[in-house]
Amino acid sequence: MNHPMPPETSEAPLAPGQRLPRSERKEFSAEALQEIAAIAAKYPDKLAATLPALHIAQREFGFTSLDAMKAVAKALSIPEGHVFGVASFYTMYQKQPVGKYHLQVCTNISCALSGGAQLLEKVCQRAGVQPGEGPSKDGLWSVEEVECLAACGSGPCLQVNHDIYDEYVDERKLDEIMQACKRGEYREWAK
Amino acid sequence: MAIRTKHDPQSYTFAGFGSEKYPNLMLRGAGDLNNWTLDVYEQKHEGYVAMKQALKMEPVAVTEEVKTSGIRGRGGAGFPAGLKWSFMPKDTPERKITRYLVINGDEGEPGTFKDRAILEYNPHQLIEGCIIASYAMQANTCYVYIRGEFLWLIEKLELAIEQARAKGYLGKNILGSGFDLDIIVHRGAGAYICGEETALLNSLEGRRGEPRVKPPFPAAKGAFGQPTTINNVETIAAVPPIIRMGGAEYAKLGTTKNSGTRIFCISGHVKRPGLYELPLGLPLDFILNELAGGSSTGKKIKAVIPGGASAPVFSEAEFSTPMDFDSVRNAGSMAGSGGVIVLDEDTCMVQACLRLIRFYAHESCGQCTPCREGCNWMEMILHRIEHGEGTLEDLDVLASLTPRIAGRTLCALGDAACGPMESMLKKFRHEFEHHVTHKTCYVKGHELLAKVGAH
Ligand SMILES: Cc1cc2nc3c(=O)[nH]c(=O)nc-3n(C[C@H](O)[C@H](O)[C@H](O)COP(=O)(O)O)c2cc1C
Ligand code: SF4
Ligand code: FES
Repeated sequence: MNHPMPPETSEAPLAPGQRLPRSERKEFSAEALQEIAAIAAKYPDKLAATLPALHIAQREFGFTSLDAMKAVAKALSIPEGHVFGVASFYTMYQKQPVGKYHLQVCTNISCALSGGAQLLEKVCQRAGVQPGEGPSKDGLWSVEEVECLAACGSGPCLQVNHDIYDEYVDERKLDEIMQACKRGEYREWAK
Repeated sequence: MAIRTKHDPQSYTFAGFGSEKYPNLMLRGAGDLNNWTLDVYEQKHEGYVAMKQALKMEPVAVTEEVKTSGIRGRGGAGFPAGLKWSFMPKDTPERKITRYLVINGDEGEPGTFKDRAILEYNPHQLIEGCIIASYAMQANTCYVYIRGEFLWLIEKLELAIEQARAKGYLGKNILGSGFDLDIIVHRGAGAYICGEETALLNSLEGRRGEPRVKPPFPAAKGAFGQPTTINNVETIAAVPPIIRMGGAEYAKLGTTKNSGTRIFCISGHVKRPGLYELPLGLPLDFILNELAGGSSTGKKIKAVIPGGASAPVFSEAEFSTPMDFDSVRNAGSMAGSGGVIVLDEDTCMVQACLRLIRFYAHESCGQCTPCREGCNWMEMILHRIEHGEGTLEDLDVLASLTPRIAGRTLCALGDAACGPMESMLKKFRHEFEHHVTHKTCYVKGHELLAKVGAH
């Protein structure tokens, strides 16, 4: 209870001179380009492939970097500005690198009633990073506070990357999940 | 493929579920991870019987049957589904029209987790519903929009669609009826507002999920500029049972203007949270105490949000309200998406309110000023009150803000934010006042706000 104003949002605009982080990759792989072309062909308008292509870009590039957005624009021959506008609208496109295991904690009302806020604090403690801070030093973890994940009846819930939801997560369960991550039992981010 | 092999801990059943009193139409086999395949659906759950029946009927007759059933949309607004379908323009001898059916599987409303269970355990019931509904409206493409977080459910649904295609239930000339249908699954990317139907259409078209100005309504100009109907996952999954039983028989479930069963999602301070498929019109306190086991904390239940986070809160006086669209509306709230959130006596309403408003402020798409600025103002004022820096005047400012937002925005998100704000302030004003004068919560017990984060 120390800040009278809401904290800065993680989606705050870039400061003057600040740049978006760069990804190692600059271009799509040939398979990804094929995949995108196949998706675009399913819709009456190729613009509709923007969201799926950004998902693929995030998988290929590791996060939705500026180069990833440019690659999407090129692959679909649509304006870069459009892709940037879309990518910045949706929270699942990570504009910064994330850890191998991206821990997403729901703190919305139902989860909060059963301890979602405390779970987020514990997750941050264990992972050694704050929400929105980027990966931990060992590259294993990043943490995000997310809105309702549709597991409200069994909260608090935690999502690891995009595969697995864990529900009724208490301290013991959290340890189990993080151990399982370290043993490589969950798919790594973007793999 | 990441077909989930881990048991999920959600509760799907209760004593008496599946009996004549509490028919099980939507949650068949829920909880059993092997239930989702086409074989199980056909062998155990009368799968695709209704589709075969419908394909022999005239399309308008199918719509009529759904009208007779009286089913109202389960996504939020409770609009009669059959009537919505009948708005779709028909072909004329001169002009053939491309029509679309779009399924809303965005499931973003806090407190709601029902569509997920259908996708996990009964994807074929949804697919069968899509086929019947598309046939009724003569749509040849059906888009299923699913929130991005449900990646494993999307992969599962795609497998189920492949199974149906292999059986000849999808594709060209389905079972020799001359009707063609393709289902395309579209993955969202994390934005609550994309649950709003026109925002969903924009998102489907590859744009930012910003709601559109209505009219034109989607039935006139929807996805890709073509006439479109948007229905919730649960609404469409209810269509196979309706056709199988006949609309008139379905209409006998529930109450007269609120027929059928719906899945209530119960969360918060009850002993047995989970999904409860119930006929509409059962009293709220019966559901909470008899079925969900009453308070889990030993403390009295103070407040209930009856229809997903956007619904105005009920205090004890309204706990006997029958849970159907009209009764809940008459009691001053809305049945919305069926999410019932239970708050016990130890829950600070200022914190609960702030948590919800923070959600709306974060999810506002920012197109219209009352919603964008109003939600942020409400958040900041509540934040101030919560941190002991509010004044009594702030309460009046809050009260004066809601009528300036509600009804003045492009989409219903503005109204959705005002629901909890207005009702909590009105019904629990003493807690807000206590916060201002004592600089601390009126009740302590649950800390709802994390000391880290806030995005
Ligand atoms: C802000 C907002 C969010 C919404 N979110 C959802 C949602 O997540 N799922 C859903 O089915 N309907 C949602 N709706 C309601 C839809 O706009 C629409 O009414 C519904 O999908 C229609 O389907 P139905 O007639 O079958 O209920 C939302 C509406 C608003 C205004
Ligand atoms: S009411 Fe809010 S969410 Fe809806 S269009 Fe306006 S700004 Fe966007
Ligand atoms: S409130 Fe946490 S999953 Fe719904």
